[in-house]
Amino acid sequence: MSTAIELRGVEKTFGITSVIRNVNLTVAQGERHALIGPNGAGKSTLFNLISGYMKPSVGSILLRDQVISGLPPFQINRRGLSRSFQVTNVFAKMSVWENLRCAVLWATGHRYAFWKNVDNLPEVRDRTAQILQDINLVSRRDVPAGLLTYAEQRALEIGITIAGGADVILLDEPTAGMSHAETERAVALIRRLTEGRTLLIVEHDMSVVFGLADRISVLVYGQIIASGTPEEIRGNPKVKEAYLGEEAA
Amino acid sequence: MSDATAKIPATIAPPRPAASDRLKFYGIWIAAALALLVLPKLFSSGGSLTTFSLIGISIIFSLSYNILLGQTGMLSFGHAVYYGLGGFLAIHAINIIARNKFAIPLPLVPLVGGAAGLVFAMLLGWVSTRRSGTAFAMISLGVAELVASSALILRTFFGGEAGVSANRTKVLRLFDWSFGPQIQIYYLVAAWTLIAVIAMYALTRTPLGRMCNAVRDNPERVQFVGYDPHIIRYIAFCFSGLFAGIAGALAAINFEIANSAYLGAVQSGTVLFATYIGGVGFFIGPIVGAIFVTLLSLGLSDLTQVWQLYFGLIFIAVVMFAPGGITGLLMMHRPLLKAGTLGQVLPSYLVAFIPTLAMITGLMLGIETIVHFTVNPGEDSHIKAFGIPFDAANPAIWVVAAVLLIGGFMIARRTWARVAASWDDALTTAREKGVAA
Repeated sequence: MSTAIELRGVEKTFGITSVIRNVNLTVAQGERHALIGPNGAGKSTLFNLISGYMKPSVGSILLRDQVISGLPPFQINRRGLSRSFQVTNVFAKMSVWENLRCAVLWATGHRYAFWKNVDNLPEVRDRTAQILQDINLVSRRDVPAGLLTYAEQRALEIGITIAGGADVILLDEPTAGMSHAETERAVALIRRLTEGRTLLIVEHDMSVVFGLADRISVLVYGQIIASGTPEEIRGNPKVKEAYLGEEAA
Repeated sequence: MSDATAKIPATIAPPRPAASDRLKFYGIWIAAALALLVLPKLFSSGGSLTTFSLIGISIIFSLSYNILLGQTGMLSFGHAVYYGLGGFLAIHAINIIARNKFAIPLPLVPLVGGAAGLVFAMLLGWVSTRRSGTAFAMISLGVAELVASSALILRTFFGGEAGVSANRTKVLRLFDWSFGPQIQIYYLVAAWTLIAVIAMYALTRTPLGRMCNAVRDNPERVQFVGYDPHIIRYIAFCFSGLFAGIAGALAAINFEIANSAYLGAVQSGTVLFATYIGGVGFFIGPIVGAIFVTLLSLGLSDLTQVWQLYFGLIFIAVVMFAPGGITGLLMMHRPLLKAGTLGQVLPSYLVAFIPTLAMITGLMLGIETIVHFTVNPGEDSHIKAFGIPFDAANPAIWVVAAVLLIGGFMIARRTWARVAASWDDALTTAREKGVAA
C-alpha cells in the first residue's frame, strides 16, 4: 500500500519551547488514522504543520511521496489535502450554498475567473448540490453560515473540507462540543464522506476513535509514543499509563 | 460524477431565475438607461446637468471603492491615487490627441484613464495587498501621500499647483458632437456610468467576485480551499484601480483640468465617506451614497460656510447608529414591508421626528453662532445660515438654541426608545408571519 502522508523527523519549536519533537508518522492511502493524546500534546500543531498553516522547524512532510513542508496552505490544498478546523471556520456572512460553492470553485478549475457567471456553471452547481445533500443541510441552503446551530456549522465545516474533492482529509475534533446524538450522526457522516479517501482525524471521544479508525497514533508531549491498530493501542502499557489510564481514572 | 449527479434532485440547488425574474432584472437596467436619457429633459438647466455629471462620476468612483471595502474587506485611505492618475493621463491624452490629430474621439478617452488606473494599481498594489486590515490601510495612506507630494514636485507631468488643462473640443468629432455643451458631457458621463455600473455588478457575480466576499469574511479559510487570498485581493485592487481611473478621466473631461487635488487625501476621504454613508453591504449602497454626498456637498456649501463640519457630524452619526448606511437602514424595512407590518412603526417615526428635528435645529443654531464668533467676530452679527437670517449676538437666540438642543434631546430620547420598541414588535410580528429578517 502506498503512503498518503509521511512525516520524517518533524520538529516544531516556538522560541525555546519545543511543541513537536521528532515525529515520524506514516498514513497509508485509504486508511482512517486517528491521532489521540492529552490536551496540549500538540495534535492541532501537527495538523497546522501538515496543512501548511505553520512550517516545521526541522524535518520534512510528504504528501504521496512529494515534499510539501514549506509550501503555503493553498498549494498543499491544490495537491489534494484538505483540513477542517477545531474552532468552526466558515464564511459567516455568506449563505451555506455560497460557502460550499467557494470550496468547489478551485477544484472545478474556475480559479480567479472574472469573465464567467458563477450561477451558470453546471458542474459547480451539481457538485455544490451534491455536498449540500451529503451534509444534510438542504433545508438551510440560503441561511447565512453565521446563523446556523453549532452542530450545523460543524457539518458545514466538514462539507467545506471535502467539497474540493481532496483525497486526503484532516479533521480536527469534528465532534467536539456535540451531544451524543449529534456525535453519532457526525460519525456516520464522516464515515460516508471519507469512503475511499485517506482520513487523519484528531478526536477526544474514544468511542468515536475506536469505532472509526483503522490505525491510531498517540501523541504525548509532542512525541508519538505508540502507533498501531486499535487493539494494539488498547493493549499498549505505555499508552495506558500516559493517556488512557488518565482518562479511565 | 455523472452517475452521482443524476441522483441529485433539481430542487437542492437554488432555483434558476424564472422568466419573470429575468425580465424584472433586465427591466431595471433598461429603466435606468431610459431614466438617464430622459433626465436632462426634466432638468435642463446647466447647473443640474453639471450636478448629474458629477453624480455619475461619483457613482463610478464610489462603486470602484466598494470593490475594495465592501466586497473584499480592504479599507483604503488612498483610493484617489488611481482616480487622479486616471484624470491626469486623460488630460494628457486629450492634449496629445488634439496636437497630433489622432483619430480618437473623446468618448474613448476614459479608456486611457481606466488603463492608467489599472496599470498603477498593478504596480502599487502587489505589496499592499499581501495583507488586509491595518497594514493595507497604512500602506494605502503612505502611497497616497507619496503620489500626492510627487504631484507638486514633478511639474512637467502634473503641472504643479495650477495643474494641467486641456480643451476637450479639439479632439476628433463624432457625429458632429463637439462635447463643448454640458448636455453632451452629461450623455458621455451617463453612458460610461451605465457601462461601469453594469460591469462592476457583473464582476460580483463571477467566481472572482464570490471569492472576494470569501476573503472579506475569512481570508484564513480561503487558503484551505485552494485560493491565495493575496492574488484575490490583488485582482480586486486592479479592478478597483481600473474603474477609479475611468471616473477620474470623466472628471478631467468634465472640468477640462486635472490638478493635485484629484489625488489628494480629501478626495480619498470623500469616496470613503460616500461609500460608507451609502452602505458598503449592498451593491447599490455606494450609488445611494454618491448621490447623497454629491447633492449634499453642492447644497450645503451654498447654505453654510462650515458645511464640512456637518459632513463630519453626519459621518459620525452613520458610523455610530447606522453602520449599514442609508441602504442598510432602508433594507431593514424590507421584512416589515413584506409582512405588512410597516404601518406599526411609521407613527413612532413621526412622533420621534419632531423632537429630533428640534434637537438638530438647536445644534445647527448653536454651531452657526459659535462659528460666527470664532471665525468672523468682527463682522455684522446678523448672519444667514441655511437661508434663515438671525442675529448671532442676540442672547435670545442662544437661549432658543440651548432649549431646542437640550429639550429636544430629552424628549427625543424617549421617542427613540418608542421607535425601538415598536420596531421590535413589528419585526416579531413579521417573523411570526414567516418572513425571514
